[in-house]
Amino acid sequence: MSISVLRPGLLTTFQDHGRHGLQHVGLCPGGAMDPVALSLANALVGNDAHEVALEMTVIGPELSFESDTLVAICGAEFKGGFPHNRPVLAPAGSRFNVGRALRGARAYLAVAGGFAIEPVLGSRSTFLPGGFGGLEGRPLRHGDVLPLRNPSASARFASLKKTRNGSVRWSAPPLTLPDREPIVVHVLEGQHYGSFEVNAQRLFFDAVWRISPESNRMGFRLAGPTLVRAQDDEILSGPTCLGTVQVPANGVPIALMADHQTTGGYPRIAEIVSADVPRLAQLAPGGTVHFVGCDLGMAAQLRHHMKERLQTALRGIAWNFGQ
Amino acid sequence: MARTTLRPLAIIPLGDCAAYIEFSDKLDLEVNAVVQRLATVIQARELSWIRDVVPALGGLALHIDPDHPGVDGDSLQWAANIVNECLKESLVESKKMPRLLDVPVCYAPEFAPDIEEVANRTGLSAEEVARRHAAGDYRVLMIGFAPGHAYIGGLDEKLSVPRRASPRALVAAGAVAIANDQTVVYPYAISGGWSVIGRTPLTIFDAGRAEPSLFATGDRVRFHAISKEEFLEMQV
Repeated sequence: MSISVLRPGLLTTFQDHGRHGLQHVGLCPGGAMDPVALSLANALVGNDAHEVALEMTVIGPELSFESDTLVAICGAEFKGGFPHNRPVLAPAGSRFNVGRALRGARAYLAVAGGFAIEPVLGSRSTFLPGGFGGLEGRPLRHGDVLPLRNPSASARFASLKKTRNGSVRWSAPPLTLPDREPIVVHVLEGQHYGSFEVNAQRLFFDAVWRISPESNRMGFRLAGPTLVRAQDDEILSGPTCLGTVQVPANGVPIALMADHQTTGGYPRIAEIVSADVPRLAQLAPGGTVHFVGCDLGMAAQLRHHMKERLQTALRGIAWNFGQ
Repeated sequence: MARTTLRPLAIIPLGDCAAYIEFSDKLDLEVNAVVQRLATVIQARELSWIRDVVPALGGLALHIDPDHPGVDGDSLQWAANIVNECLKESLVESKKMPRLLDVPVCYAPEFAPDIEEVANRTGLSAEEVARRHAAGDYRVLMIGFAPGHAYIGGLDEKLSVPRRASPRALVAAGAVAIANDQTVVYPYAISGGWSVIGRTPLTIFDAGRAEPSLFATGDRVRFHAISKEEFLEMQV
């Protein structure tokens, strides 16, 4: 049993929660850009959180389902009319065009029982720069056939209470979608914050930054004022992290995202807190962000808060599945 | 003698899931060696709250699982504690000799687009650039930037050239390049700003291998010149 790809969409890749423990050989964890939405999508079809799903970017794929398949889409809202944030049974022989994202940039399509994709270095995530993981290390193409690992898991749908038209009455809350822009993202001062001109420090927090079109899973380039350093000494290359904001000599900051480099030689002006990275990942090129400073205590609080909201949503979903 | 009583200059949060323990903001080979030993000692403890220990040129990063029940938002303190604890242990130089990697490099002009420029800058002939590069005794100082991408120290002072003003959009996989006092081998075709003086037929990073990365931090490295014919033969 499988799903066929009629049109691949802009950038559709297999992603799970990534591969940890390999940064010392230069490999970042990678994985879903919005892991919160991925966890919700998996829960909505009764999967474990670590199951692999399709990450769809800005323009979704068109898919055809060979058998009755329990599916959930979470994250960005796409135009295609497929109900989001709830379990849906795609009937055998049905075709579905996910369409274009209306709000947010990335959504996850999970199927009950998961996809039959072999893990590479402990993860099924596609790592595009290295060309491995997921489906042959590449985005989906027209004609791809995506095998399901355990198609019988779609029978879980039968256990859910449904309305007369056969759909469930409830939905999970979208936890990472921007209500309005610019979105507010919290940052800690980076190691080299103090080496920037006072005016650049002020501009970093005052400006509304726009995600530039030259952005991808490795990093978001931020269009706005040019950030100038007070000294232009070379910086010893050092470790970077998901959410590091580095500023090359041209003064245009880059926020490092899921497929980031593990070390870098550019000055690091800020570090985005982990709780806010999934929300930033939901900005498409042209989307806007405003940075607000915080300390480690607040970063921990924001993380707790996001985790609690996710746990609450997951409990609600599990309750509906009668677990 | 190796300084084993090094203290961190600073412990800097890399967001709320990692900390950078900085020992030097300049490249110092002695400090780099201590950083590598410290990383080995921390790694050997197999602590469940540490996801990764990344030794870098002048310090190391600890990537921390912020959801680990013990850590609970206090990652920086936990990082500081484990570093200080491990520093108290003697970080004596391991008796085990580091692994020696012998890397074949073809310095033929078609694989060395920048060797003439390096020759001009250094006043050496292209042949002499290749000879000196292959004569060195090197050490892997850090792996980073891309999977398997090793920063290798020990370059002949005579070969020191600055990074190129404009990076090449695409450098070939296996390209051997130099800048300042280091040499690198590009793991796959990516953009790069170092001067390319040769190419190795070896696969630098292969996710399907038991040890995906050819290089490990601390390895000793030697390069030896091969002909174009040998290169093509060795290339699978």
